[in-house]
Order: sequence, then C-alpha cells, then structure tokens
Amino acid sequence: MAERVITCINCPMGCRMTVTLNENGEVTGVAGNTCKRGEVYARQEVTAPVRMVTAVVPVRGSAMPLSVKTRSPIPKKDIAACMEALRGLRLTAPIAAGSTVLSDVCGSGVDVIATKTVD
Amino acid sequence: MLEHTDILIIGAGVVGCALARALSLRTDAQILVAERACDVAEGASKANSGIVHAGFDALPGSEKARLNVKGAAMYPALCRELGVPYRQCGALVTAFSEAERATLEKLLRQGEENGVAGLRIVEREELRALEPNLSPEAVCALEAPTAGIVSPYELVYALADHAALNGVSFLFDTPVIGIEKTPGGWLAVTPDGDIACRCVVNCAGIDSARLHGQVSAKPLHITPRRGQYHVLDHPETPVFRHTMFQCPTAMGKGVLVTPTVHGNVLLGPTAEDISDGFDTATTAEGLAEVCETARKTWPALSTRTAVTNFSGVRAHEDGGDFVIGQAAPHCWEAVGIESPGLTSAPALAEELAAAICAAEGMTEKAETVPPLKREKPFNEMTPEEQAEAIRRDPLNGRLICRCEVVTEAEIRAAIRRPVGARTVDGVKRRCRAGMGRCQGGFCAPRVVEILSEELGIPMTAVTKGGGASRMLVGEI
Amino acid sequence: METIRKALVIIGGGPAGLAAGIAAREAGVTDLVILEREDEAGGILRQCIHNGFGLHRYGEELTGPEYAARDIARAAELGLGIRCGTTVLSVSPERLVTCVSKQEGLQVFEAGAVILAMGCRERPRGALGTPGTRCAGVYTAGAAQKFVNLEGLMPGRRVVILGSGDIGLIMARRMTLQGAKVLACVELMPYSSGLNRNIVQCLQDFDIPLYLSHTVTDIRGRERLEGVTVMEVDEHRRPIPGTETDFACDTLLLSVGLIPENELSRQAGVPLSPVTGGAVVDDRLHTGVPGIFACGNVLHVHDLVDFVSDESFRAGQAAAAFLRGEAPDAPAVEVRDGEGVRGTVPQRLHPDHDVTLMFRPAGVYKNAAVVAESAGVELARKRAMIFTPGEMATLPLKAEKLRGVTAPITVRMEVKENG
Repeated sequence: MAERVITCINCPMGCRMTVTLNENGEVTGVAGNTCKRGEVYARQEVTAPVRMVTAVVPVRGSAMPLSVKTRSPIPKKDIAACMEALRGLRLTAPIAAGSTVLSDVCGSGVDVIATKTVD
Repeated sequence: MLEHTDILIIGAGVVGCALARALSLRTDAQILVAERACDVAEGASKANSGIVHAGFDALPGSEKARLNVKGAAMYPALCRELGVPYRQCGALVTAFSEAERATLEKLLRQGEENGVAGLRIVEREELRALEPNLSPEAVCALEAPTAGIVSPYELVYALADHAALNGVSFLFDTPVIGIEKTPGGWLAVTPDGDIACRCVVNCAGIDSARLHGQVSAKPLHITPRRGQYHVLDHPETPVFRHTMFQCPTAMGKGVLVTPTVHGNVLLGPTAEDISDGFDTATTAEGLAEVCETARKTWPALSTRTAVTNFSGVRAHEDGGDFVIGQAAPHCWEAVGIESPGLTSAPALAEELAAAICAAEGMTEKAETVPPLKREKPFNEMTPEEQAEAIRRDPLNGRLICRCEVVTEAEIRAAIRRPVGARTVDGVKRRCRAGMGRCQGGFCAPRVVEILSEELGIPMTAVTKGGGASRMLVGEI
Repeated sequence: METIRKALVIIGGGPAGLAAGIAAREAGVTDLVILEREDEAGGILRQCIHNGFGLHRYGEELTGPEYAARDIARAAELGLGIRCGTTVLSVSPERLVTCVSKQEGLQVFEAGAVILAMGCRERPRGALGTPGTRCAGVYTAGAAQKFVNLEGLMPGRRVVILGSGDIGLIMARRMTLQGAKVLACVELMPYSSGLNRNIVQCLQDFDIPLYLSHTVTDIRGRERLEGVTVMEVDEHRRPIPGTETDFACDTLLLSVGLIPENELSRQAGVPLSPVTGGAVVDDRLHTGVPGIFACGNVLHVHDLVDFVSDESFRAGQAAAAFLRGEAPDAPAVEVRDGEGVRGTVPQRLHPDHDVTLMFRPAGVYKNAAVVAESAGVELARKRAMIFTPGEMATLPLKAEKLRGVTAPITVRMEVKENG
C-alpha cells in the first residue's frame, strides 16, 4: 500500500487528491476529488503521466521561429527526448498550421505539428 | 601604439565633454577623449539630480562658488544652442523650524556674496500658495529663481555630439591605467595600447585623484560619495513646481524633491561615503532613507508610482573644493568635480580650454561647425507636426516605446548621432525609449533588434550598457 | 489632417479586440476598424505558444497562436478591417481617436463608439523598488517570453523567477525546456497567484522549488546579473533578517503582477477603479464616458482568455446596441465589494437581464460562499470548496431576482473556515 497526494489540474478548483496504490502499483482508490474528471486524471497521473509539449523551431530565412506542439500528450518521461529531437530541426516555409513538422516523435506515435501558419 | 593626439582628455563625463567641445571650438589641434565606459556620461554625469544650482551653497571665494554662478548663467543660452531640455524652475530651500530660518538667512547672505541674483525669503502664506503640496510644517523658504533643471545626460550627449562635429574623436571602453611623461608630452597607458599626446587633461571623475597621484607630489584624495534616488512616473499635475531642498548638512545639500525636465518626480540623494567608487548599487536602507527624508518636504509622498531607482557616485575631494589647473607641465586636471559640478561644467570648460590653448600654444580654429538642430521629440509635437514627421520619415509612424511615445525613426536617429547610442541604455537616455512606466518591458526586444540592424551586430551581441552586459545569451 | 468617420473603432487587436469586433459585426455593425499596434493581430497570444487556451470556449486545448488564429479567421470571414502597425496616440471624450502608422501617417477617427481593448502590461522592477544594481539580465517574464518564442533568442541560462504569476510559471518551464536551469520561483505571498495546473506542470514536473512568503531583496552584478539574494518575509511582507539565501544566476524574471494599460482611457476621461486598475463599467461594459466601452485585460486582469473573449463579445454587442440607439430599460444600480471580495466587475448594473459578476477573492477561503445582497435581500449565492485570489470568481445574478432592485448590491464572502 502506498499513497500519493497530487493536485488536480483539470479546473481552477485544484482538488488535492490522495491516490492509494497496491504493491503492484495499481490504483486502488482516489479520494479528495470533486468530479469524475479528477479521478481519471489522478489514475492517469500516478500510473502513466502524459504532457503536451510545445516549443518553437527555427525556420530558414525567417527571423521568427515557428511554434509547434505535440498533436496529443506524450509520456512525461519523453519530454526531454522530444525537446532534443526538436532542437536539431530546421524548417522551410511555407508551413500550414496543423501540418506535421516531425512525425512519431521519439517513438511515441505522436506527431509534432505547427500551431501557426508561415507563408 | 594605439593613438597619437595633440590633446588627450581622460573621461567623457560632463566635464570631459564640455572641455572637448570648448577646446574644439577654439583650436584645430587634434583632440581625443578616452573613456573607460562604452558611452559618454556613464559615471556621475548620468546619475545626479539634474539641477542647475543657483550658487548660494558654496563658500564665498571657493572655485565651487565662482564657477557655479558663472556656469548657471551660461545654461539658458547653452541649452538653447544645443537643444537640451532645460527649465529655469527656481529652487526653494525650506526651513521647518525657526532655528532653520537662521540657516536660510546665512545661505541668503552667502548667495548674495557669491553674486546670486533674486534671492529672497518666502514666508509661510506665500509658500503655501506657491507649493500646496509642501508640508504644513514649513516655516519659510529661501527662493532662488535662477536655479533650474536640466537633463544631465542629454546635455553631455549634446556636448559630445557638438565636439565630434568639430573634430573630436572618442575612444570608448578605454580605461586609462596610468600616465607617463615622455619627451614630447605624455603617454596614457590603456589595456589596448598606449595613447601618446602633447598634453593630457584628467577629467576622470571618481578616478581623477588616482591619475593625479601619478603626475604630482601634491596629495589629493577622493572619497566616493554615493547618492541614491527614486524616480516616480509623471504625475497628472506637477507635485512641485520648484526644486525643493531641505536645509543643507555637512554631507551635502540633503534630500530634494524635484520635477524633472521630462515631468517625472525625482527624490534623493542620500550621501554615503563608500570605498568602491564604481559601486552604483542601491540599497534597501538608502532608498528607505530617501523616502523618509523626502516625506519631510512632501508628506503625501507614495512610491506607488515609482518607475525606477538608481544611484550615482560623486567624487568628493577631501579639500572640499574643485581642483582645477595644471598638475604638471602639459598635464591639466579637473579633480573633485562633485556638486555643483554639472552647473559649473560649462564655465569650468571655457576657462580651462582658454588656459590650455594659451599655455600650450594651440593653433586657433578658423571655422567651427554649429551644433545639430535638435529634432523636436515626437511626443512633444502637435498632431500636424506629427503628421508631417511621418510624411518626412514613415518610420515616425511606427511607435516603439508606448509609455514615452518614441518612434522607430527617433531610435534610429539616436544611434546615428555623431556620438550615437551603442547600447539599450544609450538609446534609452538619448530618446527615452524604455524610460517609462513599463521600463522597456514591451520595447526592449524591438530596441535590441534595431540596435542590431544599425550597428551590424547580431542581436545576441547587443548590450544593455556595454562590457559584459549582454541582453541575450544565445539562440534557442 | 485626415478625419475619418467610423461607426466603431476598437483599440487593440488581441483576443479582446478581435472578439469585440466579431460580435459587433455579427450584430450588424459594418463600419468598424480594429487598430493593432503590432504587425500582426493576436496580441499577447502570439507569444503564448503553450497550450491550455480555449477549454471553456471550444472544449479543447489550444495553444495561444491557435486560439488567436480562430478569431483572426472568423474576422477575415466577416471582412473585419484590422489595421496592424497602427498605434493609437490619444482618445478624446468626444471619441476622436488619433493614431499613427507607417503606411497611413497620422489619422483621426471620429467614432460613433469606441471599445478599449488594449490589454495589460507587466509590473516592472522599478515598481517593486528592489534595490541593487541595474545590470542586464532582469526582465519581465513576458519580455523573456517574447525573446524566446517570437525571436528564438535566450535571455539567460541560470534563472530565478520572482513572482508565481502564470507567465512566470510558464516561463520557468519554457526556459527549462530550452536548456536553462531554473533555480527557484520566489513568491512574496503565502500562496501562488498562478493556476494549479501551472504549478504542477511548470514547476513540480521539473523539480523547481517554489518559495512562498519569500522575496528578492538584492540584485547583484555590474554588467550582467551575477546573483540575487532571497529572503523570507513575515506576515507584513517584510524580509526577516537572517533568512538570506544567495542564488548565483544570470537572469531574474519578474512575474509580479499585471496592470491594465489605461493611459488612453485616462486621456479620454474614463473613470477608473483604483481596485481593478481598469474602467468603471456597467453590465454593458459601458464606461463612464458615453459611447466608450472596455473589455478584456484593460478592464480587469483575467486568468483565462476564454473569459476575455466572452466579456469582449458582450462589449461588441453592447457597442452595437449603443450605435442602434438602444438604452437600458432600468436605471443602474451600484455594485460594491463586500468583505473578502475585491474588484467586482461590473461596478454598476441595469437590473433588466441576467448579469454575471466577476471578482477576485481577497484571500484564500475554503468551504465558503459568495453572496450578493441588496437592501438585505439575497440575490444570489454560490458555494465553493476554495476561493483564491489567483483565480477570478464569478457569481451569476438572475434577471428575475434583479427585477426592481434599486439599492446598491454588495458582493461578499461568507466564510466558514479561513485558509
């Protein structure tokens, strides 16, 4: 039996939730949440936390870099590797918002996409 | 060997620049100004009260008294000629007790002896009408109508520009480590090489006594005296119309409250003797002391609208007076130029330039170049003038600093002046971009970009104030 | 000098100005212009490349540029005129708007209505009075964000952040992801003013310590920043001697509050609230000057752009109604801050429709309720497990409850347990 206290980030409430885990690391209970979303987040956060990664990438011939994001959250442990993969990237305009600039970033199955259009 | 020149001026503060200009208008000798910092006016000249003192403080018979009164009289015409913001707002020295009235009377007599015109004691009633925000504790005040306010660094920039137009060269980032006698004159040693000259003038401010010691047996000693200030945002209506002094003490003229030529309110300075003359940090104690003391003048004082704080270090020579003249053959000096140094500088420079030219046999100049016409700042223009300014240069239609209403054209012009801005602070002090309530929060990135373009350097090489003060450390 | 008649002039092309413009256009105002200072619309969202925008409005998480792009696209669809690179110099009480641009020079718009949507600015170092040297390396978090995200340039490598506002927290993560070391986030108050989500994902994720009830008391370095001193503060926010900790750093980022940018409003004679720093408005977002409206962060600083957009839609609709000559049915009733409540907006309301009040709790209140009353009659009540100053709270008032109300309305916190 182990307990972890985490802060819910779903809404401004910021519920402080206590998650209990068994010997196998499985969630056996969530307490302190106000809504169902809190419980879902708590289970996810203690077992397989994920994060969106956003960054900017240089564009050849442009003074302004391009903002990008992972299309969906990636495992939290992969954030550094994702940033490293983006560091080597040099893009060429034009790029449409939503288009992929780096596919399957560090084997996560998630693409990095542009969040802005550069002409 | 780095450079050769006829006259080497060490220090590009108000004294060095005023002297360079005065010399350049008299002689066609080669003049070089060596400055340790990256710009002119980087020492006490940029960080003082910006007051043109009337001249009642200094002891009769002193150089301070004589040059103060003479210098103050030169200010209106000089600032008009150079296009420098100056306003003869007058000063009031307030007595908060009948005991202090005696001090005012002494100052009045002293001022009259020094030749200050128009001094008088203003009684409570009239004082209240003149300055409604003054503490009700005020008993009376000494009025000095000839006192004024000036933008001290803008004066130095204008002096330097005019000097440069008349042939003066400036070497920045060039600290003079030592001066050595040579058969033909003097050799100034700097980290990048030596500067040989026929004659040298020590205007090195805080460093001037050290250089004096290298050429003269007569001991001089400078005690660095730090003064801390608060700057408040432009109030909607001026808080005080005059420069408001309290009764002076042994350490100086005390804490003043004054409008600035740009409409801010300036409070300060403290007077702290420190060991390191280049330590211009402010301290919690010093800033608190400024407020506490200024509240005696202005009880309703609040720092809620503070835009910044700063400190400057005055070069106080232990003898208490300016030391001006010849330290050794062909070696001239202006040492211990503390308050009223800014006021005295124009007169000091005239006299010293005349003395140097006569003694050194410098050739006379046939023709001089007039100063550049100062463009009216965009934010002081009428809408019609603004429309015209944008027609003339569309970059005037691009506002970079919103707080102080400064255009891209003005920033580029500040960089392109004869002695132009090379740093973010240099831009700020020349055209006020970043001087306002947001302190460059919005415009600093744009100013860095413009500096980078104008100077042909990468954005990452742009500094705030020279040296290692880079704004950015690299690319992402 | 050219004077141009316009039904509606909107000052600012950020999320507030865009939403106001869209709503006004949709409400039938065709003759309108949005004046934007930057070369591109979108305001501060352009540099907010992180996600988390739009949950309330779109039910999905967008980045700042994506959120802005939706409004910009909608504005284009509607054919809204957005004049970029145009700075407004002044607004008169008669609604003369003077602006300048490179292309058009100086122009004066004679506007039927004006919407103020200039946003806010960050409190700079000078306003804090922090002593020390004036070296390079001290930036507001927003200025650093602009350098990193819009210029691709790093302002520093070893960072201390003063203030735990959201921009500061976001920049803690942003700088870390770009390889900088963020040593500490220092907060004067005993609680953070940032969102929980940002505390978790921007600080905790990267083991960046948050020092509550601490402040920076000294800034060192002649040229570039070399270090700062951090001290704990007592309950009066005074540094406690003996608690000094020195951090060697080259960068200090300030995230110590946002100030509505109301210089133009002041010129126009718009009465301002000393509490919010923004205009005093009614439920139509109408300021004290007829025909001048205000919305978004220039009115009061919001936490979420979704609420900025929502408020600005209402301002656009209200300006359209004003231009049609419509006036409220009932005289305005004053709305006052009661105990535990600060900066309620609107400060006046016409009790003729549903109105949502927005305010900031004055402290942290757990298990509390916010109550609106007029002449001893309760108009609305809302419970929450926690109210904090960092999160703007709302209280909806129903039209049927408001009907006939003439006495001032007071909004107050009813507290069971003080956090």
